[in-house]
Amino acid sequence: MATLVALLVGVLVATGFYLLLGKSLLRQIIGLSLLSHAANVIILLSAGLRGGVPVISATREPMTDPLPQALILTAIVISFGVTAFLLALGYRMHLFGGEEKRGEEKRDDR
Amino acid sequence: MTAELITALPALPIIVPLLTAILLIAGPSRRAQRTLGLAGSLATLAASIALVLLTRGGQVMPIQAGGWAAPYGITLVADMLGALMVLIAALIGLVGLVFTIAAGRDDRFVHAGWQFLLTGINWAFLTGDLFNLYVSYEVMLISSYFLLTHGTTQRQAREAFGYVAINLVASMFFLFGVALIYSATGTLNMAHLAERIPLAPAGTVRAASMMLLVAFGTKAAIFPFYFWLPHAYAIPPGGVAAFFGGMLTKVGVYSLFRVFTIIFPSGGPDPLLLWSAAGTMLFGVLGALAQDSVRRILSFHIISQVGYMIMGLALASQLGIAGGIFYILHHIVVKSGLLLVGGAIEETQRTDRLDRLGGLARNNGVLALVFMVCALSLAGVPPFSGFFAKLLLIRAGLEVGQYGVVAVSIVVSVLTLMSMLKIYTTAFWGPGEPKRAPARLVAPAAALALITIAVGLRPQVLYSLTSTAAAHLTQPARYIGTVLRK
Repeated sequence: MATLVALLVGVLVATGFYLLLGKSLLRQIIGLSLLSHAANVIILLSAGLRGGVPVISATREPMTDPLPQALILTAIVISFGVTAFLLALGYRMHLFGGEEKRGEEKRDDR
Repeated sequence: MTAELITALPALPIIVPLLTAILLIAGPSRRAQRTLGLAGSLATLAASIALVLLTRGGQVMPIQAGGWAAPYGITLVADMLGALMVLIAALIGLVGLVFTIAAGRDDRFVHAGWQFLLTGINWAFLTGDLFNLYVSYEVMLISSYFLLTHGTTQRQAREAFGYVAINLVASMFFLFGVALIYSATGTLNMAHLAERIPLAPAGTVRAASMMLLVAFGTKAAIFPFYFWLPHAYAIPPGGVAAFFGGMLTKVGVYSLFRVFTIIFPSGGPDPLLLWSAAGTMLFGVLGALAQDSVRRILSFHIISQVGYMIMGLALASQLGIAGGIFYILHHIVVKSGLLLVGGAIEETQRTDRLDRLGGLARNNGVLALVFMVCALSLAGVPPFSGFFAKLLLIRAGLEVGQYGVVAVSIVVSVLTLMSMLKIYTTAFWGPGEPKRAPARLVAPAAALALITIAVGLRPQVLYSLTSTAAAHLTQPARYIGTVLRK
């Protein structure tokens, strides 16, 4: 199971970087959010996937470590905020120039 | 009451700007915003001075948030290094803000963004926990994205997008490192990690340390991760650029100093960091020689100077690390001063391109003097602070027998002087009748120039402080013991 999840992280990172290296702004933003998903999944993996019970439980079974979930929650909120910012920035670039491709036109020097 | 205030003091440099920022968002008038912003910055500066005085004797002041004891709760720790960094951040935050107000660049929400940025920076310096370091980085970065893109043109928005993207990728590496460390040790508290890392599997620890090196290295702009910096720092107006150029990369450098001493001690000169330091110094200064605008030359010098700090860390001796910390503090003052001079030129002449400038020294005598003092200090000419910073590093390098990196550092400081003289001879000498920069734009940079002179006259005061800070990093027993209450 852990190997499968590790492979999933690899696929997310590879897809994220592939999209990030493309020229369309929207693809780059999707690529960046895939990269942050990969980070979230690897944090989940860091406590091990033992399938224990939640931390507050009446029984004395082995519990699942709740800390990574708290970390992921924080990381999700942050990546949500940054993605929203990126989309707003992308929209602004679109309003300015009417084109959303980066790095194609000649660099204007100041 | 006084005792309680002293216990709570390490939290104040985070709480004061945070509360100020929240009040500023509520949107009082521009005049009130200026007063509130300056008051918040001054209060933060006062708290940070108190913090330096209280940790001067090598004390470590932890705060366990909510009364949850380390390593289970969220820990804030103020030691000498953290306190010094908070002091310099508060100082540059105040001086940069004064310049921004003087230049009239403080439109709506700039004040709030400024205080949020200060919150994030101070939090990064005071946290005792790896995950909180990540969160504070994000607080800092999101504020910096805002300040960078505020009122930008299309070209600037595009370069800002690159800055956001590169920082997000670095944050992903940071989280990968955090996850690996947590899986290997089961803790993220820095003091607890220092105890547990030696017991963890060596392979995982190595992988995690490399992830963190990439993450912090990208934010600190070390070789080979520096390529984003000159583009991003050419965007914002002078005051913001001085705050960014002085402080932001140094948060990355600070994290490297903290993590690669306490958590991953190297026990001797680290070849990887040494190569990186030499590369950072050399490529930064070579890049600067090829530029033709004041701001871009200064941006490349940020990179080159970071190399010196990393050199101090890489030498891993107490003298090296003390020299590195000395260098960080000196560099922040001098570089912000130079960027403020650049900002003053840009605000009055409406350009900072060397081929359109000339003759500034004719009617801007004070500005020329301030630039010269900061430039000579940056290059390491006595009697300014830069000379002593370089002297410490070179002595540390010779002591551990790393002659190669010492040679590179000396060559680079000559090249630094060369490109500073290039700015001076073309922009300040030569033909032209440029406008006179108003005193209110020159004063902030002049204040920083006075600091570099003062440090140069009494270097032993600052050296004894950085030496205490370095002792906590090379012998972390007191830090660990105080945080974990042993």
